[in-house]
Amino acid sequence: MEKSNFNILIVGVGGQGVLLASEILSTVAMNAGLDVKKSEVHGMSQRGGVVSTHIKIAPKVYSPTIHQGQVDVLLSFEQAEALRAVNWLKKDGVVITSTTTLVPSIVTSTKGMNYPENAVELIKDRVERVIALEADKIAGELGNPRLVNTILLGVMSNYLPFEKKAWLETLKAKVKAKFVDINLKAFETGREIKLSTVDA
Amino acid sequence: MKELLSGNEAVARGVLEAGVKLAVGYPGTPSTEILETVADRYPSVYAQWSPNEKVAFEVGIGASMGGARALVTMKHVGLNVAADPFMTFAYTGVNGGFVFVSADDPEMHSSQNEQDNRFFAKFAQVPFLEPSDSQESKDMLLKAYEISEKFDTPVMLHMTTRISHSKGVVELGEPVKLEENRFKKDPTKYVMIPANARGRHKVLMTRLEELKKFSEETELNVVENNGSKTGIITGGVAYQYAKEAAPDFDYFKIGFGFPLPLKKIGEFIKKHETVLVVEELEPYYEEQIKAAGFKVEGKKYFGNLGELSPYRVALGMKEAGVIDEVAMPVYEPEKLFPRPPVLCPGCPHRGVFMALRKLRVAVTGDIGCYTLGVLQPLNALDSCICMGASIGSAIGMERVQGSDKGVVAVIGDSTFFHSGITGILDAVYNKSNVTTIILDNRATAMTGGQEHPGTGHTLMGEEVPQVDVGKLVESLGVRNVRHLDPYDYEKTLEVIKEEIEKPGPSVIITNRPCVLMPRRIMDEPYVIDLEACTGCSLCFRISCPAISASSEKNKRGNPKAVIDQTLCTGCTLCAQICPEEAIILKSQFVKA
Repeated sequence: MEKSNFNILIVGVGGQGVLLASEILSTVAMNAGLDVKKSEVHGMSQRGGVVSTHIKIAPKVYSPTIHQGQVDVLLSFEQAEALRAVNWLKKDGVVITSTTTLVPSIVTSTKGMNYPENAVELIKDRVERVIALEADKIAGELGNPRLVNTILLGVMSNYLPFEKKAWLETLKAKVKAKFVDINLKAFETGREIKLSTVDA
Repeated sequence: MKELLSGNEAVARGVLEAGVKLAVGYPGTPSTEILETVADRYPSVYAQWSPNEKVAFEVGIGASMGGARALVTMKHVGLNVAADPFMTFAYTGVNGGFVFVSADDPEMHSSQNEQDNRFFAKFAQVPFLEPSDSQESKDMLLKAYEISEKFDTPVMLHMTTRISHSKGVVELGEPVKLEENRFKKDPTKYVMIPANARGRHKVLMTRLEELKKFSEETELNVVENNGSKTGIITGGVAYQYAKEAAPDFDYFKIGFGFPLPLKKIGEFIKKHETVLVVEELEPYYEEQIKAAGFKVEGKKYFGNLGELSPYRVALGMKEAGVIDEVAMPVYEPEKLFPRPPVLCPGCPHRGVFMALRKLRVAVTGDIGCYTLGVLQPLNALDSCICMGASIGSAIGMERVQGSDKGVVAVIGDSTFFHSGITGILDAVYNKSNVTTIILDNRATAMTGGQEHPGTGHTLMGEEVPQVDVGKLVESLGVRNVRHLDPYDYEKTLEVIKEEIEKPGPSVIITNRPCVLMPRRIMDEPYVIDLEACTGCSLCFRISCPAISASSEKNKRGNPKAVIDQTLCTGCTLCAQICPEEAIILKSQFVKA
């Protein structure tokens, strides 16, 4: 393994289920013999506000939160939230975002406040390595909207140094038995989506 | 064996390993998961929620007097509530080991202030330990019990949000074996009448001297030598931030934070050209180190507000001239709309706030989900101070303004049991005309739906009788007690209006449960008939996350509404206020 130092920031909106993705990633890293810290905020922020989880992986991790501008992979469940968090990304970092659009009621009820129509474009104006995917639609096609988590994990797995086997084993251990097959399929679907395939 | 645990889960594991017999607390972010984890994973330990932190602390004191190891958990502001027993228990000392967790919330992720409770330990002259990760959270809890029993004192474990809610790898241990211990009568120690308390204050002073010696020797305060000219004095999560910014400096890592090892710190300072103190919030270490006559700097570079971060600490070190380079963010963020937290779709509080907004009354608020009633577009809450404050402050405001202005207090059920009952007693006793709305959703919702005296279950899942809020306030002397369905908007408006106009204290109790807890409520969703919708935006103003702007516009170019079918719980509120009857049940829409 060449590089063993990874900072991952996962963002989304309260209620989107950011937790499972970060839990699986942390476990995969721990099982690979690396030190892991993961930090999230509970409480008020869960009620439809912005949620973010920091995950740090290295031979020895100190701070549980990431130094601003040092994120290797920014994984977002919502496109405007990816845009909001781009300042966390490092120079050659990757943005992986679902094109999901969640417009909060403060925007619909306040004159002059807008949701950006071109969030993904605004990210691409800044960042070179961007993968935007319709994760909701893909999850729907696979038969369960909750698979968004696992699809995004699959995409992210291409940009982290862990073996595919390790991801699949952790997934099997962390999801309920009756959902294992569909989650493995969702992971594989996500893993097929890479920078090279979306740009082509 | 290794496990990935949050600081809170690690403390819970420590409870098992330390042989704790009783764990008690009141839910409060970021402390809540400690007791939840104990109850969930280690059922051999007795665990309970108490109605508030003061009672919880007293239950813990009793367990300690009874000879058992006890744990009490709370968020930082919970210690204000428990301060009364805490300050005097510092005098009596313990029998079985007594540790309490103060989980502070720098940055106020979910709190009304960011007080630094390390000062509370010093105020009471009680030692505190300060873990900097999950492993230390468990290890220091075990150490805290030894210190408590050795020095006959309660001990505070000082946690912060980033310690409580960050996960890290923890090496698990085995439970210790403790000797049997029971209560021993000793009035001079436990009965704090003035004659005995004077004696115990002396004991406290003697104990403090012994603790100072201990602080100089304990391995909880560690020096890391790397041969640098700059030395860093730090503790808690700030240690981790500093290590990330400058891993090769010399460190004085404080794990035992009161009393401080000032001699040892002095020796460390003398060996370095520059010494910086890196700590979150107040200059707790810095003040004491400066008062001892040593030259250090801290807050000048790192600030007193909010939580620190690796970035902030690195910037401070650069400003202090001890490091040259700080990696700066490269990408500019876009200026975007805010995304504040909101009441859930179907939340039973929504109807009450819609009515209060319409009535234009002063609304004193309290601590819970319903504090979100202050935010746009509901704009229907005027104060939030502390647990239970809604009722007392409504009484005071009504007294000076007169009742024709209308003053309404809103308080949740768990907060009412915590510290609202005495407020109602005051309203009755002092003949106040105040109206109190108890938003009874049968859950401690904001912290994740914990049980309380009104839910019918304990933390360990035992069935118990539910407190009848209506009967309780009647027995306190309230004559005007009304029960209300907050999903019925017109009725809600009418009942609140009637009660505001009545003389004497009124209590209105809402009857709809939390939509998330204990089970998620999902009735048939509503849809927007886009042909009927005029884009008037009335439904946007009830602040329901399920309602948003559709791509269809009206003649004036304003968006029509759309309802997210997976979020709508079918609470009916938006349908009740839609002037065009454009919001209809999904099944009816399909038929038509």
